[in-house]
Amino acid sequence: MSKQFPADQAPVSAGPIPTGPVPPAHWAASYEEEPTQASAPPQANGMTALKPFGWAKDNLFNTPLNTVLTLACLGLLWLVVPPAANWLLLKASWSGSSEACREAAGACWSVIVVKHRLIFFGTYPYDEQWRPFLACALFVAMLGASGVRAFWRPWLAGAWALTLVGMGVLMWGGVAGLSYVPNDRWGGLPITLMLSVFSIAIAFPLSILLALGRQSSLPAIRTFCVGFIETMRGVPLVSVLFMASVMFPLFLPEGVTVDKLLRALAGMTLFTAAYLAEAVRGGLQAIPKGQYEAADALGLSYWQKTVLIVLPQALRIVIPPIVNQFISAFKDTSLVTIVGLYDLLTAATVATTDPEWRPYFAEVYVFAGLMFWIFCFSMSRYSQWLERLANRYTRR
Amino acid sequence: MTNPVQALNSARVRGWLYQALFLACALAVAWYLVSNTLTNLATRGVATGFGFLHREAGFEIGESLLSYSASDTYLKALVVGLLNTLAVSAAGVVLATVLGVLIGIARLSSNWMVNRFATLYVETIRNVPLLLQLVVWYTIMNRLPSPREALEVVPGIFLSNRGMKFPVLVEHAGHGWALLALIAGIAAAIAIVRHGRRHREATGKPFPTLPAAIAAVLLPPALVFVATGAPLAFDVPVLSGFNFEGGGSVTPEFTALLIGLSVYTAGFIAEIVRSGILAVPHGQTEAGLALGLSPGKILRLVILPQALRVIVPPLTSQYLNLTKNSSLAVAIGYPDLVSVSNTSANQTGQVVEAVAMMMVVYLIISLAISGFMNWYNRRVALVTR
Repeated sequence: MSKQFPADQAPVSAGPIPTGPVPPAHWAASYEEEPTQASAPPQANGMTALKPFGWAKDNLFNTPLNTVLTLACLGLLWLVVPPAANWLLLKASWSGSSEACREAAGACWSVIVVKHRLIFFGTYPYDEQWRPFLACALFVAMLGASGVRAFWRPWLAGAWALTLVGMGVLMWGGVAGLSYVPNDRWGGLPITLMLSVFSIAIAFPLSILLALGRQSSLPAIRTFCVGFIETMRGVPLVSVLFMASVMFPLFLPEGVTVDKLLRALAGMTLFTAAYLAEAVRGGLQAIPKGQYEAADALGLSYWQKTVLIVLPQALRIVIPPIVNQFISAFKDTSLVTIVGLYDLLTAATVATTDPEWRPYFAEVYVFAGLMFWIFCFSMSRYSQWLERLANRYTRR
Repeated sequence: MTNPVQALNSARVRGWLYQALFLACALAVAWYLVSNTLTNLATRGVATGFGFLHREAGFEIGESLLSYSASDTYLKALVVGLLNTLAVSAAGVVLATVLGVLIGIARLSSNWMVNRFATLYVETIRNVPLLLQLVVWYTIMNRLPSPREALEVVPGIFLSNRGMKFPVLVEHAGHGWALLALIAGIAAAIAIVRHGRRHREATGKPFPTLPAAIAAVLLPPALVFVATGAPLAFDVPVLSGFNFEGGGSVTPEFTALLIGLSVYTAGFIAEIVRSGILAVPHGQTEAGLALGLSPGKILRLVILPQALRVIVPPLTSQYLNLTKNSSLAVAIGYPDLVSVSNTSANQTGQVVEAVAMMMVVYLIISLAISGFMNWYNRRVALVTR
């Protein structure tokens, strides 16, 4: 990252009047970098960082209050860490039957070994579970690839379209010798991943329209958009999901049915769109007025102005909030368990109801929590990185 | 005079046309949906309208702040659900704020270990779905020992699979008077603060606002309390047979929901508090020192007003989130508004009315909270000339 230091920084730091030997641009860049990195910890740290005692004195025992706090934390560690380590690792039972677990004093990880297929893939036919596995792997790989800035090109959208088609083929089957699996048998991780990504993907264009509508000068359109956004943001997702699952069938003409998964997706999409619209509005409002006026002065029409001038700038600003919204959507997919869909959390809960493994609920929830945590934590780190990147380019 | 074709070039005329078109489409879609719904309801033989509210509900509710029985009306059941939502949200807001502020300050601590602990808490709690956390808390609550082997966390407070038992104050006439005195004291304190500000602005001399206000709030209730004979008798829960007798109690559902909501929201509040405090430049503290203000005054007069301006808007939206998230109660069987509406909808089939009422109630709560936020924002906003 530090190697990609923006070129426009170099002339500024090198100064406008080159007197004497001018250092190469990258020196200037690295010189600029240094103080921001070193100024984070207090000055005294730099001197004693190599000596553990000095470090401890500066950071743990520098005031009486800090000494008390440090001792309290150490006490807490002493109380928590040994039992936790015993339970999690040392005394845990890693394989075998539930009888072996009853004898072990620690966690029973064999429940994960036995139930991991159920937790990951729900009630998908057992012999065909390589298909959801492949679909998830493809999906995660695409998510990872989308995080790389060098890949932010038009073909990425095409690749996503292909991935989604491929996932559909893998999950449903019915072609190329794959047996057909109706989507009420899907479950576990694929549901969680697909609901979150599809709801964001469909909600995103919708949210741009809503945000533009909210800024519109036409009162009817503005009122509609404000009403929609504020209603969705004012009610809990659970109620939107209930509406989607019970009221949707009433809205449609007789004989037309939409399955449960699509109804939940529709509910999540409308909900996410309202939140995303507010993020996009933040971007629209951050564009200087001069940009709008310059576009008007050039005689561009409303749509030319919006598509060519405003949105490219606004959307770049709102990438970090969009990633944050994605994290929320990912966590919120766990709510579909309330309307009877089989996501990762439902699958975990079902795994804990097996009478043989019933005492080992903690292990299952720790495992499911870890799955969610890995996805959410890596995305939140990614969004922090994006924010730093954005700040770097706007910093002058 | 312009002819119709020229009129189309006017942005205003086109604006009206677009809006008319949009409204026509929206109305057509709405009409289509409503007519479909009415047909569907008619074929299913479901009544419409809010008449069902006055019929007998016929289901029990596990816990209630009002006296409620299965023979009461649906309306009363919904009110009970709403009160349960408000109760758990109010308690959650208080707990989450206390916990969140503590952790937010710990995140800024110069003590490396405290700092790491707080970071660990925030990064773990915020990245695991609330529903999962609630399910875990609820499972833990359910698998606690029976009342016979209840855990005594603090003397007098018992945790068992029947929920939490705690001592309550035995009612006494003196308490009502002390409460009245407290209200009067708060009113007096507000008057003192106003007078202090006016006095300072008029004369330029400081007025001992804070000590006077604290004295005004605390002294009258304390005096009344002592005057009525200091009635401090506690009703402590005692184990008798298979369960506890006496004392107050909350159900495992309520406890799990309260703990889950507070712990989750505190993670977000901690980050808000942290960024709010960081948003005040260090130069402000130095400027305060240079003016000769005491550290307490710097905190109260310089740092807090500026930090609160950053903290309060996102904090209110966290309160709002907590209230909305309390609807996850339906997953662990706490009878909140969503859960009661859901049961009513299932029994009567009047889904549209039930969901609509539920949404309207949440919207009213949201509007009230955001109304407060806007009022506060106007009050603390920087006035630029």
